[in-house]
Amino acid sequence: MATFLLELVSPERLLLSRQVEMAVIPAADGEMGVLPGHAPMMVALRGGVIRVRENGAETERLFVAGGFAEVTETRCTVLADEATPLASLSRAEAERRVREAEEAYAAITAEDPPEKREAAMNRVLSMRAMRDAAEAA
Amino acid sequence: MPSLKDLRGRINSVKSTRKITQAMKMVAAAKLRRAQAQAEAARPYAERMERMLASLGAAVASSPDAPRMLVGTGEDRAHLLVVVTADRGLAGPFNTNVSRMARLVIRRLESEGKTVRILSVGRKGAAYLRREFASRFVGEISFMGKKRIEFADAEEIAQRVVALLEDGAFDVCTLIYNRFRSVISQIPTEQRLIPAPIPETAGQPAAAGPQALYEYEPAEEEILSTLLPRNLAIQIYRALLENNAGFYGSQMTAMDNATRNAGEMINKLTLNYNRTRQANITKELIEIISGAEAV
Repeated sequence: MATFLLELVSPERLLLSRQVEMAVIPAADGEMGVLPGHAPMMVALRGGVIRVRENGAETERLFVAGGFAEVTETRCTVLADEATPLASLSRAEAERRVREAEEAYAAITAEDPPEKREAAMNRVLSMRAMRDAAEAA
Repeated sequence: MPSLKDLRGRINSVKSTRKITQAMKMVAAAKLRRAQAQAEAARPYAERMERMLASLGAAVASSPDAPRMLVGTGEDRAHLLVVVTADRGLAGPFNTNVSRMARLVIRRLESEGKTVRILSVGRKGAAYLRREFASRFVGEISFMGKKRIEFADAEEIAQRVVALLEDGAFDVCTLIYNRFRSVISQIPTEQRLIPAPIPETAGQPAAAGPQALYEYEPAEEEILSTLLPRNLAIQIYRALLENNAGFYGSQMTAMDNATRNAGEMINKLTLNYNRTRQANITKELIEIISGAEAV
């Protein structure tokens, strides 16, 4: 089957760079499946799980906490804010970070600009997604 | 003429100095390897970020309501300098080089009648620049006691820069840091952050062709408004890592030199010590012989 190059990078390291058949990425407006020959796109990501298919089977699942993806016909580059393979997510750690994010959100007052509120809300949502992913794994 | 006891004392003290510098060299070498690996690991992200920014920037830069972080305020009056140095010394000319460069830049800008503000990262540069430019400081950040520089640290600095931009505190932001070329060579570098320099390829017609076909989800402006602060953080992160790696490289070289110098000094002192000892023995012999002859 046809393949395309999937690259997954976080600021701290390069996590994935190889030919795959399909990838499902958590775009801001809903999950998006990428196959070879996809129309060129740039999408923002929310917190969620990237699923990778190779040789007809799902081979890899990684959690990303938001970021961007650039899709072209032969390549998909994911710039994740933070990326962890699902297997190495810890539930306790995820719970702690959900709490932290929720506290940060609760601390926002009416005087703060709406963007800040929105950023904090997104953070809470992506941390919750992380917790759910950790629970499912 | 120093006495034998004095010489012995000095030899011992130089020997313990050599032990310390040697240990510091080893530690620096080990940390350098880690810092270098970290700096290299961050590179792919920065490269791809640049590529994305190039195609996005080209699409948005010409529109009148382009974000300020991309095109600046359109003026060139107030400058913010982010000066990155190490927190510790004993690394040869590493910190001085950056600080001196920052000083020259500040002098040049001020002689052109521009206002300068300084955000310093790292204790050493802050100490140097404070002496002369204390009134220009808007902030000081130090990672003293931190084992590893994380992306979140860079993000924090980026947030401060963005907040200053929103307050209208500056028009142009420049980053000054030591670029890590190799273990023995670090180059003080000036890099413009705001307005964001759009990579060359953006303007070329060959590249513009396929890029024009991109679909954006959500709209360009919205993606850009999150991409730009992120890019800022990445640039700062890269500078922090390069600074870190450069610091250990520089410290290793400095400590290697110090160890070698200490070795030379020990040799010289030992020679001196042996000569003095021999002179004393000869003198005593002469005294005994002439004493015996007199009897």
